[in-house]
Amino acid sequence: MTVRTLIHLPKTALPGEVIEIRATIAHPMETGYRPGTDGRRLPRDIIHRFSCRYGGDLVFSATLYPAIAANPYIAFHTVAVASGTLELVWEGDNGFSHTERVAITVA
Amino acid sequence: MTTPLASCTRRVALMRGASTIGWLVMQPVWAQSDDLAAAVKRFTGGKTVTTGKVTLDISPLVDNGNAVPVTVTVQHSMRVGDHVQAIALFNERNPQPEVAHFTLGPRAGRASVATRIRLATSQKLVAVARLSDGSFWQHQVEVVVTLAACIEGDT
Repeated sequence: MTVRTLIHLPKTALPGEVIEIRATIAHPMETGYRPGTDGRRLPRDIIHRFSCRYGGDLVFSATLYPAIAANPYIAFHTVAVASGTLELVWEGDNGFSHTERVAITVA
Repeated sequence: MTTPLASCTRRVALMRGASTIGWLVMQPVWAQSDDLAAAVKRFTGGKTVTTGKVTLDISPLVDNGNAVPVTVTVQHSMRVGDHVQAIALFNERNPQPEVAHFTLGPRAGRASVATRIRLATSQKLVAVARLSDGSFWQHQVEVVVTLAACIEGDT
């Protein structure tokens, strides 16, 4: 199954510059509180963990609850320290896991 | 003609009835507020939470509760040893009081996070930030929601 993601961050940055990273992933974020067409509750299926590693160091992480809207969007900041790879990981119910890697040039 | 005693009893009975109805109506609201307070307490560990430093930016009138943009910013330095450690967002009247919990550090550079949330009804939202010195800061916002999330099933 292919997972659609949309990640925005500058391709290049100055050393020490604070950059914004905006990440969206296609996911229904089923709350576990809604009834389905048969009247029974749909089981919970959400992304409950998001993390961002910059050159291997954890710079940001989030724990998400069912109150996060479908196709979760998270925007945060980090300091551009060196050229390298940002690794964004989404983990969810039913063993869901998705990783995206984005390169950044700092000079 | 009713005796003073009888009218008194009827008045007492009516008052009791009214207070019971009032209690029934108020009960869920209070229970939910307790949930919110309990969730905030779980995050803070019972420490005092001061209002300030934190800005919870959300539209005060929400047309569609299914995806409401929110931004939480903390006006504080992000230097090593003096930074924002965590930001948590809570709500009053969704099925669960927790919305999201963000962990940041000096590498974040700026304590500002944004996301999109669901709101079941008009309610209070609270953003709480934990600083590296162990203090807690918050901002509370009341929002009015016209179209609620979580009500309809699959269509």
